[in-house]
Amino acid sequence: MNKRIQQNVMIKGTKDGFMLHLDDSCSFSELLKELEAKLSANYQFQENDPSISVKVHTGNRYLDDEQVEKIKEVIHKKKKLFVDEMLSNVLTKDEAKRWKDENQVTTVTKVIRSGQVFEVPGDLLLIGDVNPDGTVRAGGNIYIMGQLKGIAHAGYKGNNEAIIAASVMKPAQLRIAGQVNLSPDQYTKWGHDLECAFMDEEENIIIEKLQVLKKYRPNLNRLEGGL
Amino acid sequence: MGEAIVITSGKGGVGKTTTSANLGTSLALLGKKVCLIDTDIGLRNLDVIMGLENRIIYDLVDVVEGRCKIHQALIKDKHFEDLLYLLPAPQNSDKSAVNEEQMRKLISDMKPDYDYILIDCPAGIEQGFRNAIAGADKAIIVTTAERPAVRDADRIIGLLEKEEQIEPPQLIINRIRGHLLHEDEEMDIDGVTDFLKIDLIGVIPDDDQVIVAANKKEPIAYNPDNRVSLAYRNIARRILGESVPLTPIGVEPKGFMSKLKKFFSVR
Repeated sequence: MNKRIQQNVMIKGTKDGFMLHLDDSCSFSELLKELEAKLSANYQFQENDPSISVKVHTGNRYLDDEQVEKIKEVIHKKKKLFVDEMLSNVLTKDEAKRWKDENQVTTVTKVIRSGQVFEVPGDLLLIGDVNPDGTVRAGGNIYIMGQLKGIAHAGYKGNNEAIIAASVMKPAQLRIAGQVNLSPDQYTKWGHDLECAFMDEEENIIIEKLQVLKKYRPNLNRLEGGL
Repeated sequence: MGEAIVITSGKGGVGKTTTSANLGTSLALLGKKVCLIDTDIGLRNLDVIMGLENRIIYDLVDVVEGRCKIHQALIKDKHFEDLLYLLPAPQNSDKSAVNEEQMRKLISDMKPDYDYILIDCPAGIEQGFRNAIAGADKAIIVTTAERPAVRDADRIIGLLEKEEQIEPPQLIINRIRGHLLHEDEEMDIDGVTDFLKIDLIGVIPDDDQVIVAANKKEPIAYNPDNRVSLAYRNIARRILGESVPLTPIGVEPKGFMSKLKKFFSVR
């Protein structure tokens, strides 16, 4: 019997490190065993070798958090290896749902009034106003076709890339991820139409005319092919 | 089958009780059978404004607790033969003496006998407010054109929108002072309606006669010549479904000289 015919662990070299392909048809314990054997067989690392990043691809096998930890443990035993990324072709329904929720735009026609808090996991398109003391919160971006006079919190799960855009921008507070921007004491009567807020590299919230978005957040465009 | 309308505002002192009394009176003057219910338990006022405080024998809590029949607690307004009644609140209990279920039952029991039941709501958003809106089919929000009042009205509208049995609320802007509007010092009517985004059913000018009338224990609506009275009567007609245009609040400068001055300063 030649054991080489069926390899459960394959190592491939890429530009930025190793890629470990783990077979998805064998049992998990078998896989761990073989991974351990393969890693210890191959090469003795020297003290001053640079650390090598490893990507792990698990094919169609779904791993729960505990199993992921076990694989990482085995790889980390080799002092010079660290796991850069775990890749997989599969995800659970829950993850898929969360992924969908976080990437979809929720459209609402409503006035968010004093004392109300409105929260969505993904992007929010609000057709209506946010009145003072009202709050809108979104995991992604917030677009308001109306007057923003209350609080808007974009990227509240820590997404620094999130933006807030409003037809009339007169907010009490703008929040993006962990940053808060307090309003000026007085808004001028004119000149707050069609503005957006986003975070720069120094984590300052910048409020600007809408047209600058194209420059700072080019990936907001979901249009394929372009105009 | 009558309609139950709750008159509410959130903030105190903007004129809920005055509005309840005057709308009730105006509706009765138009020949409708009306019952006013004061739900401000512990701080009742409606009886005083209606001039009925000396005739209270039983009250709202007595009725819901079954200590008396509804008709025993109702006080008839003697200006009318059989059109205007008041169900007063007790002064010696607090808001928790009544719950929402009891209010709902009381109002549905009363609805067949009246054209309109006006519920005067207490200030705040606690139990008293929840009792007042429990049995209502419609809501009228009273606000003045001041930011704190408008903010509270906004909060109340938000709470009312969650109540599915209540139609979208309508707005009364109370105590509009023409000269402040004129000087651009106050939020104007458009400012308030633009902020709250609900239908406006009436605008009441500010007038000292309202206070005089309250002290005389007779709602201003009985006075046919007063502009506040007229405004309330117009709201009553709008409640009945007539289309009555809004009368503009007087923004006339005081005299000929100031008019002249204005004329030249603008140019």
